[in-house]
Amino acid sequence: MLIGKPLAKIDSYAKVTGAARYADDIKLPRMAFGRILRSPHPHARIVRIDTSRARACPGVLDVITGADLPYLYGIMPTTQDEYPFALDKVRYVGDPVAAVCAVDEETAEAALELIDVEYEVLPALLSIDEALAREDIKIHEETRRGNIMKEVHLTFGDMEEGFDEADLVREDTYFFEGTTHAAMEEHACVADCGADGKITLWTSTQTPHYVHREVAKVLQMPLSHLRVIVPPVGGGFGGKCEPFAYDFAACLFARRHGRPIKFTLSREEAFLCHRGRHPVRMILKTGVKQDGTITAVHLQTFLDGGAYASYGLATVYYTGALLTVTYKIPRYQFDGMRLYTNKPACGPKRGHGSTQPRYAFECQLDRIAEQLGLDPAEYRKRIAIEPESTTVNGLRVTSCGLVECVDRVVESSGWRERRHHLPPGRGLGIAISSYVTGAGKAIYWNDMPHSGVIVKVDRGGGVAVLCGSSDIGQGSDTMLATVVAQELGVDISDIRVHAGDTDLTPVDLGSYSSRVTFMAGNAAREAAGKLRAMLLEAAAVLLNTSPDRLDAANRRIYLRDDPINCVSFIEAAQKAEATHGTLSAVGSYTPPRLGGEFKGAGVGISPAYSYTACVAEVSVDPETYDFTVEKLWVAHDCGRALNPTLVAGQIEGSAYMGFGEATLEEQVFRKGLHKTPSLLEYKLPTIYDTPEIVAMHVETMDREGPYGAKEAGEGPLNPVIPAIANAVYDAIGARVESTPITPDKIARAIKEEQRRRVSTPSQPQPQREPAPALATETARVAGASSREVTAS
Amino acid sequence: MNRLPQFEYRAARTVEEALAWLSEAAGNSGDAEKDPEARAMLMAGGTDVLPNMKHRLFTPQVIVGLRGVRALRGISDNPEQGMRIGAGVSLAEIASSPLIRARIPGLAQAAESVSTPQLRHMGTLGGNLCLDTRCNYYNQSETWRKALDFCLKKGTDICRVAPNGQGCYAVSSCDTAPMLIALDATVRIAARDGERVVPVGKLYHDDGIHPVRLRNGEVLREVTLPSLEDGWRSAYLKYRVRGSFDFPVVSVAAAAHFDGDICTQARVVLQAVATQPVPLPSVDNLLRGQRWTPDLLEAAAEEAYRAAHPMDNTSGTIALRRRMVRAYTRRALEALLAA
Repeated sequence: MLIGKPLAKIDSYAKVTGAARYADDIKLPRMAFGRILRSPHPHARIVRIDTSRARACPGVLDVITGADLPYLYGIMPTTQDEYPFALDKVRYVGDPVAAVCAVDEETAEAALELIDVEYEVLPALLSIDEALAREDIKIHEETRRGNIMKEVHLTFGDMEEGFDEADLVREDTYFFEGTTHAAMEEHACVADCGADGKITLWTSTQTPHYVHREVAKVLQMPLSHLRVIVPPVGGGFGGKCEPFAYDFAACLFARRHGRPIKFTLSREEAFLCHRGRHPVRMILKTGVKQDGTITAVHLQTFLDGGAYASYGLATVYYTGALLTVTYKIPRYQFDGMRLYTNKPACGPKRGHGSTQPRYAFECQLDRIAEQLGLDPAEYRKRIAIEPESTTVNGLRVTSCGLVECVDRVVESSGWRERRHHLPPGRGLGIAISSYVTGAGKAIYWNDMPHSGVIVKVDRGGGVAVLCGSSDIGQGSDTMLATVVAQELGVDISDIRVHAGDTDLTPVDLGSYSSRVTFMAGNAAREAAGKLRAMLLEAAAVLLNTSPDRLDAANRRIYLRDDPINCVSFIEAAQKAEATHGTLSAVGSYTPPRLGGEFKGAGVGISPAYSYTACVAEVSVDPETYDFTVEKLWVAHDCGRALNPTLVAGQIEGSAYMGFGEATLEEQVFRKGLHKTPSLLEYKLPTIYDTPEIVAMHVETMDREGPYGAKEAGEGPLNPVIPAIANAVYDAIGARVESTPITPDKIARAIKEEQRRRVSTPSQPQPQREPAPALATETARVAGASSREVTAS
Repeated sequence: MNRLPQFEYRAARTVEEALAWLSEAAGNSGDAEKDPEARAMLMAGGTDVLPNMKHRLFTPQVIVGLRGVRALRGISDNPEQGMRIGAGVSLAEIASSPLIRARIPGLAQAAESVSTPQLRHMGTLGGNLCLDTRCNYYNQSETWRKALDFCLKKGTDICRVAPNGQGCYAVSSCDTAPMLIALDATVRIAARDGERVVPVGKLYHDDGIHPVRLRNGEVLREVTLPSLEDGWRSAYLKYRVRGSFDFPVVSVAAAAHFDGDICTQARVVLQAVATQPVPLPSVDNLLRGQRWTPDLLEAAAEEAYRAAHPMDNTSGTIALRRRMVRAYTRRALEALLAA
């Protein structure tokens, strides 16, 4: 049995030895190099662009501006608001304005200086509050009101009744700061054009299929004339889920000049591409009975979206959709709003849109548990959602190992024995979460499969697996090889995986929303299963028996009851080929129809949900308020762990990323400029900064997942941040209600707590984050503050 | 990837060769006096020079490499003359030297706190002493700086940190200088017309733009520490936002001599709160001649806190940096007491 074995990744040797060839490693004859000119202003109108001096520069082959590609694109079909290069306006510092193609990088770089751009500088909006307040300044003319890119209002159940029933109603405001992906590999691509006019684009992307569609559209060419190939990708985390200016420019240049060109971004440009975690202000109101039973939850979110839509339409829905899948919530209201601001566009980052409200909710539940005198771990188990249930917003929950996850982290961390017996300045905190195993809908809605796999068996016993998926380091190629090897009973080394090539491989929607193991895994299992049937049938003829008495393993097909009696895999393959012709089979996966009937019901649905619990231990220096996360215990329900090593890696990687966001990382701007666009100044923790992580799997057999598997790539991040926040409270008795948690914020929280204790206890608590001031329907937000109401 | 500007690299074998080439490069340039960095620069490990060149903070025509100069290597100790550390000794070597770890642990701690293992193997003591001052308006790419129309340290006459201020506030960030000042070390500087020896403290002045007082055509040859008889203790404490590697947000170098439990001499120096290392004579006075009690150390920490006036131009807020000055001063002194 290969499933469940801790196998090494099939590409690990290539990665470790440096043999893997990433996009930037590609070198083609006559290859040119591109560089991008970017806006120095956060908001400006382009009055004039003159490229003549740059064009005249020796070694410069071409200069591309907005006028060369005047077609809107965008990853979501209904919110296409971006040009490859700015046409009339620039909307953030870093907005692409032009590209120079030259014989080498130095020439291209130098020629950027020779492009003359005249700007009319416009006032810039750099925060949620500014975007709400200044309706007179429009970042996009198309927005109906002010700079609101999207507004969502959903109500499930009678909210008034819910809050009336409650014994305790809390309303708290939280702020989650933006963070970026900081993948190790900066974005890069190479494009080439054949004599037939067909273009090949090698690009570091998580979503070759979507890039294929958008690039062909903007270049006004048939999809059949463009081929997108994904080389090994050095990390994505959500940051490489859509096409970027360089993809379009490279293809246009290749088509015009018939020679290849490469673009490789600098680290600073990778920061400017961003599409990372949205800064979100959240106002969360929760009603509970005396025993903690939730009666109603009302969540309001304000997303600082940056200059373009990106995945923002999905993000704003995601800030509301997944709050309901962990606890029994009978009534739920969600009001979300995404605003345009003059900063790099935000988009999906590991945990897409669910990370921020999960942080808020888990911190607020910690407060509620404390007020009701409940143990926060036991409390969470008491209100946990049950397997095989449906949430108030119509999400179907199947397998659910949430309670087991809580038990595992409680036991392994010594929660019960240690929690109230730690030395001063030390604390334990707990939080839980859930995440989708693949979005239930494609980015563009259609009835076709979400993933397709072709498996081909050759006479020599080799097996090729073709799938449109993109291995971004998570191990999807290894997963495909494992599933197919398992079904066919061959060694994993007999398999070659060909992934992410829009000419050769069937469509897979891409490595996002934690979908590949579930969806491509099911497709691979179906395809390999068909071949297995043919091979067993052929072997049955050779062994003079019936196929149902046979099994396949170790490159043999043998009688289950008499394993000595066998044929080799190659013998069976040759017999099957003689019988059926060339041996190949296809498999595909389409998620079941899920979700409610309301607008927005398409976001949050998923064939399965993963569950995670985390306990964090921190120590806080009582003098400097510098703090250390001492240890993290993370238990994750990933269904069946197809490869425990890769699952543990995903849990650890997620916990690491959550730890960074909780304690250090922030994507912040000053005077319209990214304040820290380098890996020195953007404080990404290293392995030396990272606490010990105890990663545990809780296995639930999901009935629809391949061999029972669910996701592991994103879900384990979410509970880590609130667990750390709750541990900081446990350590020092004051709550920091924004990320990242810093010594300064702890100092302020302690001061506030001391002030609060001195004043009368019934007074409302001070407001943490300034609430947005806006007339009309968001006006009620302005009065919101952290308060508690105890019903008589 | 950011590309380096074009330059000529000349690998020197001797200090004399390096001096000759510096002077030759100076003679070849027209706009020499205004901006010496436009002509020739010295490079030892290159860990500060090269990233800054990628950001176009320096664009010298000639780089004179010092890695091959044997005379700049080596650590020696001599009861009469004290300890001598070549300017070309790597920070990793200093951090792991048994002699330094035993005699002046504070210097080993300072060297060990610089950046990452890779950079400590490349970076040298001399390079660290000549580290350019840092500011988060200055240590940015050329396009970034151009978007704000540059800053006082490079490109224009307005400081972005304090537009109405009196000069450039870029921060002195090298870890070894404050420790060497606290240890009363001197540097030997070679020039074509001879050598001069100055206290490490005199290597710096209150000018964020040109923080290091080396004249054109001078090479830092070695650092000499006075003979540290028994009874000297030293410690270096550094606060940084990311514990694994970062420039200091605040650091404290402390050295003291004890006779029994009475302190006979003390020197405390702050780093990363100003354009140069900040000695604290008022703190030294408080500590000298005293038996160190918790109250005395608290008073010393309070005095250091009063003397620190950082600006908002590195990571960490002003409030945080000042709070850390107090805590880290006291802790550095406690470390001396415990040593």
